Amino acid sequence: MAFDYNQYIRGGKLPHIWCPGCTYGIVFKSLIRSLDAIKQDKDDLAVVSGIGCASRLPGYLDANTLHTAHGRALTFATGVKMAAPGKRVIALSGDGDATAIGGNHFIHACRRNIDITVLVLNNYIYGMTGGQHSPTTPKGHNATTMPYGNIDPNFDIPKLAIGAGASFVARGTAYHVPALDKILIEAINHKGLSVVEIINACPTTHGRRNKFKNATDQLLWMKDTFMPLAAFDKLPAEKTEGKLPLGVLYKKENAPEYCETYAAMSAGVRQKLEGRA
Amino acid sequence: MKDADAGTVHREFVKGNEAICHGALAAGCRHYFGYPITPQNDIPEYMSTHMAAHGGVFLQAESEVATINMLLGAAAAGKRVMTSSSGPGISLMQEGISYMAGSELPAVIVNISRSGPGLGGIAPSQGDYFQAVKGGGHGGCRIPVLAPHSVQEMYELTMHAFELADRYRTPVMILGDAIIGQMKEPYTPGLCEPPGPIDKPWATTGCAGRPRQHVKSLYLKDDDIERHNWKLHEKLQRIEKAEVRAESYHLEDARIVLVAFGTAARVCKTAIQWARKEGIAAGMIRPVTLFPFPKTLVHETAGKADLLLVVEMNTGQMVEDVMISTSHHDKVRFMGKPCAMPTPDDILAEIRLLAGKTS
Repeated sequence: MAFDYNQYIRGGKLPHIWCPGCTYGIVFKSLIRSLDAIKQDKDDLAVVSGIGCASRLPGYLDANTLHTAHGRALTFATGVKMAAPGKRVIALSGDGDATAIGGNHFIHACRRNIDITVLVLNNYIYGMTGGQHSPTTPKGHNATTMPYGNIDPNFDIPKLAIGAGASFVARGTAYHVPALDKILIEAINHKGLSVVEIINACPTTHGRRNKFKNATDQLLWMKDTFMPLAAFDKLPAEKTEGKLPLGVLYKKENAPEYCETYAAMSAGVRQKLEGRA
Repeated sequence: MKDADAGTVHREFVKGNEAICHGALAAGCRHYFGYPITPQNDIPEYMSTHMAAHGGVFLQAESEVATINMLLGAAAAGKRVMTSSSGPGISLMQEGISYMAGSELPAVIVNISRSGPGLGGIAPSQGDYFQAVKGGGHGGCRIPVLAPHSVQEMYELTMHAFELADRYRTPVMILGDAIIGQMKEPYTPGLCEPPGPIDKPWATTGCAGRPRQHVKSLYLKDDDIERHNWKLHEKLQRIEKAEVRAESYHLEDARIVLVAFGTAARVCKTAIQWARKEGIAAGMIRPVTLFPFPKTLVHETAGKADLLLVVEMNTGQMVEDVMISTSHHDKVRFMGKPCAMPTPDDILAEIRLLAGKTS
């Protein structure tokens, strides 16, 4: 029997707003399959997003969802997790949302290692506002606010997350779909802050201005650019140029998780006070 | 402006947002900082193309919080600076605007507003009136607010904003909306003179050969902060005295006087023309400066007219300033259309009702 996506899709919300060729639908379905694989109870799941095309995803998902302010998904998610530490919290963001206006919140959530899964849907551009450059727009690429080619250096999102203290960091793409399912399952199951950068294509505001003929062209670029970490590590240094690793890039088991650390501190304080009384 | 050879008037057919850029460049603004937000993206996009060509600076910041503080830095260095955004982004800038008002730094801040509160929507709205006019930032800051109602004014008032900013050492806000920013109509450049360069002896440009100077809003010693507050207050009073601008539209014989600004005022003009064809003596006060508000004109007009009808694209904000301006409270009526443009028919129907006409 075919997989029933409707069990996780909110009635009456489709069709979605994404343009033809946008790869966010691929990520949406991968997320649904992953949630199904771990038998995630929808009532115990909160999905929080900020602003941008990616941040519309939770609107279609039948769970407890919050569509919040630009860049602030992780702060709302932190509030939810601290208020309901027993619930599963997924924060979902785009490259501009997570690493430009929300960059500060991103690194501090990583630093706390709070048990939230952060999905950063990186399409290299501000799509919703019409194609302005983001902190991940490749150098030299055209954007509506970089008409002479982008001069801004980029963030490498996994490296940023590792540096900031996240205990699980992975990268997937909208092309390598079975691998993405696996990564998402592992990320959601991980205790602590897990970051998954998911490479996406925006043919409307990025691809067609940057010599990609169509969306397929962008997916083929993903196929050629990204390779499993093990294979990437075996390449001689001179052959890694223009290639990026895929999969789980960093994982630290048993790193102190923020909600648990807080609960332990709180229990200790109460114990002390009771001892005095 | 007349073309020497053809004897024709040179006109530009552009969006309101683009006319703002033309005005800024004509006024000598060479430093622009911004962040994407609908419905003002044409401004940073234009600036990213043209600032580099003019040898100026365009920088897309990581957020509006960053933007406004980059603006503060460039203003302190003595440059003519501008940013633009829309409601949610302007909210994020409020801290910096307060710092700039406190530090007496000139800057032009454009709000091509959308509907709210919160994320609201991208439909046109005048819901940011209170935030703009009453000083959205902390600590009692207020700044002049200009409200263009045409592409021509988007161009001219931008130049005027730079002049006010430099003359009074204050941030100045241009409050437009999605319609006035996104619509195209012809405008004539050169009808008014751009502000010339101005000496900024207070700017932090290095202190070789002169005493060190400070650009700051922090005053901890004795009653310095109280004196500073009175100084800023006195400046606002001078602005209120000298800088009020309003358009009087068919006001001479008007019995029913509309009060509206920006896009709402455009629509009112059509409704007034239609009402006059029906023999209703309607007119309008259109505040061009929302702060300072044309209090005297409003009060004097209220004394003569039968009724004032305040028309806004919100649920009633400027109407409070109308009430403050006049003691004829019984004559003030309000018509609001939040998050959408009222049609001339909507307004005409209200005018007819007030005039006691049924059809």
